[in-house]
Amino acid sequence: MRKERPVNLDIGTIRFPLPAIVSILHRISGVMLFFVAGLLLWVLDASLSSSQGFADVKACLAHPVTQVVLWGSLAALGYHLVAGIRHLIMDIGIGESWKGGVMGARLVFVVSVILIVLAGVWVW
Amino acid sequence: MVTSVTTLGRSGLSDWLIQRVTAIIIAAYTIFMVGYLVANPDLTYVQWVQLNQNNWMRIFTLFTALSIAAHAWIGLWSVLTDYITVRLMGPKAVPLRIVLELGMIVLILAYVVWAIDILWGI
Ligand code: HEM
Repeated sequence: MRKERPVNLDIGTIRFPLPAIVSILHRISGVMLFFVAGLLLWVLDASLSSSQGFADVKACLAHPVTQVVLWGSLAALGYHLVAGIRHLIMDIGIGESWKGGVMGARLVFVVSVILIVLAGVWVW
Repeated sequence: MVTSVTTLGRSGLSDWLIQRVTAIIIAAYTIFMVGYLVANPDLTYVQWVQLNQNNWMRIFTLFTALSIAAHAWIGLWSVLTDYITVRLMGPKAVPLRIVLELGMIVLILAYVVWAIDILWGI
């Protein structure tokens, strides 16, 4: 195989309009969620292990540091979910124009900010 | 067709499809769980165990865990092949990417085993 294979997109040279920001945040939140999944498994494990474990998880969730971590995790999940749904909608061919893309991106921001605030209300 | 040993579906098209199907399963589970927890703010241990002991719930959780495994595999593979490249980092990118991919695979498999262990150990 040739060493210098052609590249169709040089991602080192690109500007960031709104849909690009939506996209990169989707990526960052996706990577975060991979680690969040481990935390959630841990919580599931502890909370189901015994009534003592369940009580420990509840007590832990009352701690401010846990709450911040939880909120951050919910924020990543909420954002990835909303942006992911937009992705799926665009995959079936809706809103693929430049205007549609910008509008969808705005919607993603508005809806995820609302969800993230609600998640905060829920946690505290 | 381009195939790669470290992709999950062995081709871009099947990866693309798996990514979408798994996204929908994880989304359904997320919405269900958040709905359940919001609806039951005073959840007790007994209720929680009963929910997760139900075989339908076990299957739902297991499918979600498997979906996250596949989804994350494909997703993180894309991320690693975009950034850990020879063009951006020089020749050391190749061994680094392989190490990161293997680490990722080990962690994903550990998650799946752990999930099964939790679900059938209740
Ligand atoms: C714990 C759960 C999840 C993890 C760890 C995760 C992780 C990831 C990662 C790492 C990517 C790659 C991002 C990229 O290539 O830019 C990705 C892509 C994607 N995620 Fe998720 N995700 C999760 C849940 C979800 C959910 C609930 C949805 C619901 C709609 C979703 C929808 C998508 C879609 C549509 C893509 C494809 C994006 C593309 O093809 O560029 N994900 N995910």
